[in-house]
Amino acid sequence: MQNFASLLYLVASVLFILALKGLSSPDSARRGNLYGVIGMVLAVVTTLLLMDKPIVALMLGAVVIGGGIGATLARRVQMTQMPELVAAMHSLVGLAAVLIAIAAIFHHGQEHTGAQKIELFIGAFIGAITFTASVIAYGKLSGRFGAKPVSFGGQHLLNLVLALAMLGFGFTYYATDNHAAFLMMSAIALALGVLLIIPIGGADMPVVVSMLNSYSGWAAAGIGFTLNNSVLIIAGACVGSSGAILSYIMCKAMNRSIISVLLGGFGAETAAGPAADSGPKNYKSGSPEDALFMMKNADSVVIVPGYGLAVARAQHALQELAELLQEEGVNVRYAIHPVAGRMPGHMNVLLAEAEVPYEHVLEMEEINNDFSSTDVVLVIGANDVVNPAAKNDPSSPIFGMPILEAHKARTVMVVKRSMAAGYAGLDNDLFYMDKTMMVFGDAKKVVEDMVKSFH
Amino acid sequence: MDPLIVNLTVFVLAVFVGYHVVWNVTPALHTPLMAVTNAVSGIIVVGALLQVVEIDGQQITLTSVLGAVAVLLASINIFGGFMVTQRMLEMFKKKDRKKGNA
Repeated sequence: MQNFASLLYLVASVLFILALKGLSSPDSARRGNLYGVIGMVLAVVTTLLLMDKPIVALMLGAVVIGGGIGATLARRVQMTQMPELVAAMHSLVGLAAVLIAIAAIFHHGQEHTGAQKIELFIGAFIGAITFTASVIAYGKLSGRFGAKPVSFGGQHLLNLVLALAMLGFGFTYYATDNHAAFLMMSAIALALGVLLIIPIGGADMPVVVSMLNSYSGWAAAGIGFTLNNSVLIIAGACVGSSGAILSYIMCKAMNRSIISVLLGGFGAETAAGPAADSGPKNYKSGSPEDALFMMKNADSVVIVPGYGLAVARAQHALQELAELLQEEGVNVRYAIHPVAGRMPGHMNVLLAEAEVPYEHVLEMEEINNDFSSTDVVLVIGANDVVNPAAKNDPSSPIFGMPILEAHKARTVMVVKRSMAAGYAGLDNDLFYMDKTMMVFGDAKKVVEDMVKSFH
Repeated sequence: MDPLIVNLTVFVLAVFVGYHVVWNVTPALHTPLMAVTNAVSGIIVVGALLQVVEIDGQQITLTSVLGAVAVLLASINIFGGFMVTQRMLEMFKKKDRKKGNA
């Protein structure tokens, strides 16, 4: 039976890997998701077959309630709220890992070997940090807590002391089997999770969410070690590396090292930056009708959407405009910066929701060479990701960050509420170029005006 | 062989597999990737289920109750993760049809 179960776990693990592999293209992704579901059912059924004296009613009740909550969340969540949902779900995995570790510790009549104690310790502390850190990340993303970084003197020292205390209690548990020491260790890890995330500002949340994604995988793998369960180890390891890769991609896109993100305080240090730049500069502004006239007479238009577009809920109106332009024979494409949304790939989902065909949506590397031969770039709700200072001005805090090279196009239109600075608090030279026209107003209103005056 | 060594072998190889598979994920699907990894990390439900057992003839113990709560939490991830991924992937599908009709 044990051997047969191991084989079924192997099949489930392969199905999970295929689920991730399916995401290499939108066409194979849905089948991949189905593989994932089958893998999960198989792993759960196999586990039930293996169990001695399971309490079926208790399990069933938990699955029905949890499944009901999950299904409701999945149906109701707005696509703009995806980062919060993902953060909330990381916290659940973290908490589950902690509970399982504590349940195993208090499992009467079950002895743990030295190695298992270390594994329980690792699973519990990663889980605990993931839990509270994700709750804070959720709060920052959903606006329930302020997005501002919170820092105080001796913060890193305090973290270090707590980490050492945590290891100390972990060692005490290892040496004496003292349950209270294990609980203390978990409690300190919970506090550490909070302290590690509060100094990180809202702008860095895409990295944090990816990183916690990674942690939740490692926590699952840690529990898998204790239980000698291959499917937990394999699935956990895959999730762990996935999150790590996404963190790396996000860091690179923001030109930030993971260390500087974790140390935090990004918002605070750049607030003083733009003051050096003084004196009013001239810019041109025009009406939505003027902008539409330019686009109608262009051969090619590239739209650069930013998060402001999603906040204004202008995606659908924008796609309507794009379709009207395409009917006139204009080549319309979208250019997506990796950090255009609030999490990796967020803007792609927001555009997909607005029924933008994904063939028209291009990544930064795919489109950057095309800007110099583009007639009109329409920047809408984006700012820092098209700031040429990232390429030209070594003194700029965002110098070195990869950008969409909108400034190379023949004409640039920027839809913006006002001349206010962007997320990083920087002025943007693009707005003052001769070929740039500012169109002031709410993104949705402006785009709707363009659609209306089309006919 | 010590189970720890076997586990470690499996773990290290799985990290490599995950690394290579995830680099092949198209950036457009990074959000669905995160949602589906949320669901997959719900595999921790297996560890939770193993705690929901009778111990010394007792059904309600600290272990079984904590285990059941963990089952509940992991179930939220499994159902929520797979379903929201499906919902997002459907959005990427609609365009195929539309293009086919046009």
